[in-house]
Amino acid sequence: MSKPIPVRLRVNGVEHELEVEPRRLLVHALRDDLGLTGTHVGCDTSNCGACTVHLDGGAVKSCTVLAVQAEGAEITTIEGMASSDGELHPLQEAFWNDHGLQCGYCTPGMIMAAAGLLAENSNPTEDEVRHALEGNLCRCTGYHNIVKAVLDAAKVKGPSIEQQEVPA
Amino acid sequence: MSEDIGEGGVASEISELAAEAGEERGSPSPSNHVGQALRRKEDPRLIMGLARYVDDITLKGTVWAALVRSPEAHAKVVSIDASAARERLGIYAVFTGDDMADLGGPLPMAWVPPDVEVKNPEHWPLARGTVNHVGDPVAVVLGEDRYAVVDAAEDVVVEYEPLEVVTDPEKALEGPPFVHEELGTNKVHEWSLPGGDVEAGFAEADAIVERRVVNHRIAGAPIEPRGVLADYRAGELTLWSATQVPHFVRLFLSILLGISEEKVRVIAPEVGGGFGQKLQVYGEEVLAAWCSRKLERPVKWIETRTENMAVAHQGRDQIATVRMGAKRDGKITAFHVKILADFGAYNMLLTPLIPSLGAFVMSGCYAIPNVRTDIVGVFTNKAPTDAIRGAGRPEATHMIEVTLDQLAAELGMDPLEIRRRNFIPKDSFPAEVATGVVYDSGDYEKTLDKLLEHVDMDAFRSEQEALRSEGIYRGIGFSTYTEICGLAPSRITGPGGVGVQAGGWESALVRVHNTGAVTAYTGSSGHGQGHETAFAQIVADRLGVDPEIVEVVHGDTNAGPEGRNTYGSRSLAVGGEALARCANQVADKAKAIVAHNLEAAVEDIELADGKFSVKGSPYKGMTLAEVAGAAYLHMVPEGMDPGLEETTFHDPHNFVFPFGAHACVVDVDPDTGKTNVIRYVAVDDCGNAINPLIIEGQVHGGIVHAIGQALYERVSYDEDGQLVTGTFVDYALPTAAELPSFETDRTVTPSPVNSLGAKGVGEAGTIAASAAVTNAVIDALRPLGINYINMPLTPMRVWEEIQSAKGGVAA
Repeated sequence: MSKPIPVRLRVNGVEHELEVEPRRLLVHALRDDLGLTGTHVGCDTSNCGACTVHLDGGAVKSCTVLAVQAEGAEITTIEGMASSDGELHPLQEAFWNDHGLQCGYCTPGMIMAAAGLLAENSNPTEDEVRHALEGNLCRCTGYHNIVKAVLDAAKVKGPSIEQQEVPA
Repeated sequence: MSEDIGEGGVASEISELAAEAGEERGSPSPSNHVGQALRRKEDPRLIMGLARYVDDITLKGTVWAALVRSPEAHAKVVSIDASAARERLGIYAVFTGDDMADLGGPLPMAWVPPDVEVKNPEHWPLARGTVNHVGDPVAVVLGEDRYAVVDAAEDVVVEYEPLEVVTDPEKALEGPPFVHEELGTNKVHEWSLPGGDVEAGFAEADAIVERRVVNHRIAGAPIEPRGVLADYRAGELTLWSATQVPHFVRLFLSILLGISEEKVRVIAPEVGGGFGQKLQVYGEEVLAAWCSRKLERPVKWIETRTENMAVAHQGRDQIATVRMGAKRDGKITAFHVKILADFGAYNMLLTPLIPSLGAFVMSGCYAIPNVRTDIVGVFTNKAPTDAIRGAGRPEATHMIEVTLDQLAAELGMDPLEIRRRNFIPKDSFPAEVATGVVYDSGDYEKTLDKLLEHVDMDAFRSEQEALRSEGIYRGIGFSTYTEICGLAPSRITGPGGVGVQAGGWESALVRVHNTGAVTAYTGSSGHGQGHETAFAQIVADRLGVDPEIVEVVHGDTNAGPEGRNTYGSRSLAVGGEALARCANQVADKAKAIVAHNLEAAVEDIELADGKFSVKGSPYKGMTLAEVAGAAYLHMVPEGMDPGLEETTFHDPHNFVFPFGAHACVVDVDPDTGKTNVIRYVAVDDCGNAINPLIIEGQVHGGIVHAIGQALYERVSYDEDGQLVTGTFVDYALPTAAELPSFETDRTVTPSPVNSLGAKGVGEAGTIAASAAVTNAVIDALRPLGINYINMPLTPMRVWEEIQSAKGGVAA
């Protein structure tokens, strides 16, 4: 065990300073240290994508980032996707409307990965959605309704997605 | 408030206040929520990251557990030295199997078939003396930090004396070596389900096909691995587990730990998928509880994916020899299946029963006079197998549907024509098949006809031919299946029937609160299926309220009656029916209370438009909120007890048998052997729909579980028993990128078994689809001289088959 070192993270718009071992994974800092348990762990090889969060605006697998690597970064987790007055993000709304989830375990990662896609490509084709979600595994839905939800969310006008992409 | 009971009415002011408190709750609601595609009630917490899975629950003072697991597939444990681990900072204890001598017995196996000997070796939470597969646990390390216990586990030095390993089930049957030396054999049991006389049937046949059908081993792979949090304090145990079966877990924790059952509470919180893998009583659950009692601290164990792939029970792994015979006109005369089922190293809760579930539907949806299934189970040095989505029935359907195509080819018949000639006619239901199993309802022609409305076969065949000239090998495959689910009728499944040591009933408790809000408790235990929505729809309609105010509670042994949990597509057909009956009883009491208060005859009270009103006087009535007010204020008929809640136990008289017709279209690249599913059409019939949105979702997921098995997934061990597919890097779950969107449709043939007319649908897609995919690949490859192939249809296997068909030598 190495000596803990301080790390500053801005998560969902809130500043945090933590003392973490250098080997501590970002996902454990988020879940166990900050109590943001919406980000999940489904594997130990960076395949499943359940731990996907946004780091400085881009989707990353937080099991593959050390907490110390995120020093000074802006992080958005699933808990930061709905607006402060409780209005769901268009992707959350679409996943709900389209039955894009069953057990819900992969869902936060799916939504964060899909938001990453829509930030780069606001009008993706089905094929582009499918390839963008290649790194996120779901065992329940067969992906059909997840893909539908992402395509439906993309139809919602861009600004609201962008607006909620990086919390103030 | 409705006006008609105000002035001079019979409801008291307090009742009115109660109803006003729940203004919306008391307002009339149309009673037609069943059948609507309502979006799910459980989703907001899930999409906002607010749900609580096991690892999201934290108790002060929690101690973490990590397991030391065997790297050997078969070995004697010579010594365990945990001294270095114990000295590490923050480590509380290390325990081995020897420390757990006080355990009340080994892990359970709950199938005792009458007149059949089943070899059942002892299986402990921590190994005692020998390890029998890679991942078998030998010690547990407990400490204050998630990372520290993993470090310490690496410091536990275990000396193993390797024993001879057997991984091939056919070689295991011939053993030695024996997985369990003390048994002197690897054979677990023999079990048969005869129907008619298959030899006589084959004697009548004009054509007979025989195939070796290998249904390889797959993983359940829920995206949430297993996990347990155990909290033993002051003589009571609370245990949170990622399980499908909290009531079974409670029972066995009570027995094995010697804690009186009422002092054991098991909670399945949010559970991240099960697929049968979490239908189990696992050693880690017992171990965490035992450790918590020992340390007097909460103990948490969260499984890694690598552990999950190595030790959580797996599925399938059957080698079958199948023979099917038919007359020249395609009428099947006999079907005989001999299954060798690889159970891995131990019998888990239901391991040896699983292939038998397939035997119950070995007739498929065909009128076959002679059908017989003979099963032999065998131990090998691999992880145990048990129920994985479909459990025995995907294997059975694969055998039937693939063999039927083989027989059609032998007879020169169209694969759909041979199916039509053998379908059980729709006017013969309930239909008893050769084995004595009685199918509840069916109309197989109708689903196939509907499928063909979506698939234009003439157009497909000309397109197929045109594409072949361009070097594209396209194929279509069908699967017209039926399955047996709603596991259930205790008279058949229980000790007096095939011998499962549990009743197959389900329970319900419906409680109407003071304000007319409703809590509905079910003994089934959902983990993604949508219980909270579908069950709310059922209850709401029977009480005239909105599903929004019906809270469905499941997965907590301290909330609601004793239950029998969720598996075998049983929740709706058994648990949903129990709730429907229970809600009806509440409605009956409500009617009596309304009759009393409105001075009408109880026979004249009806529920319409969200009100219990007097027939012919719709203005005269009470909402559920008003009834509840009366019930709790003792404004009830003479002799009636106060309150408005009922408890129901329901044990149906039969299973339910969903069915359907699926078509899969694939392109196979002859140069690489790679198969792409380019179209998948599924027409399913699960009786009356409660929520069509949920049905579609279940079908999609089920199909992909089987496409995964057919094309990508395979649990693989080398000859030394080392697991080759130990992570998601090596075990290929299908991703969105490999799959098309699906086309789904339904026909509706209600089940007569329950008042809902509903059948299960959670496993149907998985049961149907592997045969459709396989038949499609064969259809694509026939021009290349390939007439039969076993799963998994990986590029390597398909390419090798193509090479060998060309007469070349596969590299």
